[in-house]
Amino acid sequence: MAKPTASPVRTGLVHLALIIYTLIALFPVFLTVINSFKDRSSIFRDPLGLPTPSTFSLIGYQTVLGQGDFVLYFQNSFIVTGVSIFFVLLFGAMAAFALSEYRFRGNTLMGLYLALGIMIPIRLGTVAILQGMVAAGLVNTLTALILVYTAQGLPLAVFILTEFMQTVSDDLKNAGRIDGLSEYSIFFRLVLPLVRPAMATVAVFTMIPIWNDLWFPLILAPSDATKTVTLGSQVFIGQFVTNWNAVLAALTLAIVPVLVLYLIFSRQLIRGITSGAVK
Amino acid sequence: MTTVAEISIDRAEDRHRRRWHILVFLAPALLVYTAVMILPLIETLRLSLFNVKDNQSIFVGFANFQVLFGDPRWAASFWNALRNNFVFFLIHMLVQNPIGVALAALLSVPKLRFGAFYRTAMFLPTLLSFVIVGFIWKLILSPIWGVSPFLLDLVGLKSLFSPWLGKPGSALIAVSLISVWQYVGIPMMLIYAAMLNIPEEVLEAAECDGVTGWSQFWKIKLPLILPSIGIISILTFVGNFNAFDLVYTVQGALAGPDGATDILGTLLYRTFFGFQLQIGDKSMGATIATVMFLIILSGVCLYLFAIQRRMRRYQF
Repeated sequence: MAKPTASPVRTGLVHLALIIYTLIALFPVFLTVINSFKDRSSIFRDPLGLPTPSTFSLIGYQTVLGQGDFVLYFQNSFIVTGVSIFFVLLFGAMAAFALSEYRFRGNTLMGLYLALGIMIPIRLGTVAILQGMVAAGLVNTLTALILVYTAQGLPLAVFILTEFMQTVSDDLKNAGRIDGLSEYSIFFRLVLPLVRPAMATVAVFTMIPIWNDLWFPLILAPSDATKTVTLGSQVFIGQFVTNWNAVLAALTLAIVPVLVLYLIFSRQLIRGITSGAVK
Repeated sequence: MTTVAEISIDRAEDRHRRRWHILVFLAPALLVYTAVMILPLIETLRLSLFNVKDNQSIFVGFANFQVLFGDPRWAASFWNALRNNFVFFLIHMLVQNPIGVALAALLSVPKLRFGAFYRTAMFLPTLLSFVIVGFIWKLILSPIWGVSPFLLDLVGLKSLFSPWLGKPGSALIAVSLISVWQYVGIPMMLIYAAMLNIPEEVLEAAECDGVTGWSQFWKIKLPLILPSIGIISILTFVGNFNAFDLVYTVQGALAGPDGATDILGTLLYRTFFGFQLQIGDKSMGATIATVMFLIILSGVCLYLFAIQRRMRRYQF
């Protein structure tokens, strides 16, 4: 029996629906970016028009770069996100290796304990976290943010990496042991290189909530020197709310790094999700 | 004889040495996780049972909860935030997840061209920060700019436009729908992955029996992706009862107009951190955090013990 082929009408309707939703998803971003390059009057006169030579203007960007300390904010965000991901991956991989490689009493319990944080959000402990950071003198430091984000990222990292490390062949590790490698060398020289794809997936999953977080920068590090780009643009836009050129330019500047990273990592990210890494 | 003994001693030493490795491997993660996440969580739960009187922290039992649920100064805003939070969650369940399932079903049409492009584009909003999403939509929905009246005019619905974010009756729905726009990518991707895992033979068998198109979706695919729908429901639940950022960026910490978009996250922020004239109250903040913890925990437990166990899983 021949398999019924999809009729061109049906395929057309599927594409139509998908195109409509793609437009809904992209339109607000597109609108912001094109208007950030226009002068004030044409932003209002013709919001949907592309910038033309007569309406082109960079006044918004001049305001943003002149008034806001965005270079510093970007630097803070890069430091916080980068260092947190490094620790999440290192500590997470180490713990995952211990849980998947060795049998010891309390192994399952330890796994469950570490998995608790996947479902219970770290935000609920904010009252005591702030208290602790005040006591430790870490308020308004990037260290406070790095500590919180490392703790926040670890549960999912351990969970995903444990599953992945169970697939690394035992023969390889035992061959390493016979050759006299220490357990540390086996981990760093044999296992880590093999789980690199999983580490990349974990890195992308960890990075997005850290880069976009507003709650902890607002509470733990709101000072001018430690603002992240998310908090920085929130405060900047709040102050310049009537200067539409500046607001649109600030929004565009905040979108660009995410967009660039997404275009680089989207295959990794989507493959990570669809391969069931977050189940 | 001696060799056997030596080997067993070796093994014992080996095992002993290995135990230290385990500790070294586990220690950093355990330390950071326990110190920054678990202990503060426990301390927050403990703080909810204490209150400050005459600069001294004293044990008050469940008095904070009585104040939160019953005292006229607190109860109105608490119940309002809780109710709004349930509406927020309900709108996500009724709009976000069905749209996500529908998009995933369309994406998994066999031999679809440009599938990767659609997926990439539709997942983009999920990656944007709340600040970007909040302000973009604030501008688009603003009556000053006129983009949304103009677009509604194109489809002949201009008369429907009103400043939705500014009206108490529609602000919560508008904020929820912005959040839906941002997060629809997550259910879409998870369901899409589940649909890819349905074996070809099952669908072919269905087609041989004449089950195609719509009835194939309802009778074959939907039952097979139910476990994934369960997962996205609990993810939505946890995310919604922990939400704060979007309401804060769109409507500010006061979650206006007139508290119409106040949810537990914004209430917690104002209560423990203080806002404008309101002074931060640690004990009441901890009490609200504890209530949120209990809500999320009961949701997760309900999912793990009641829903997930009863769900039938098909092994192929």
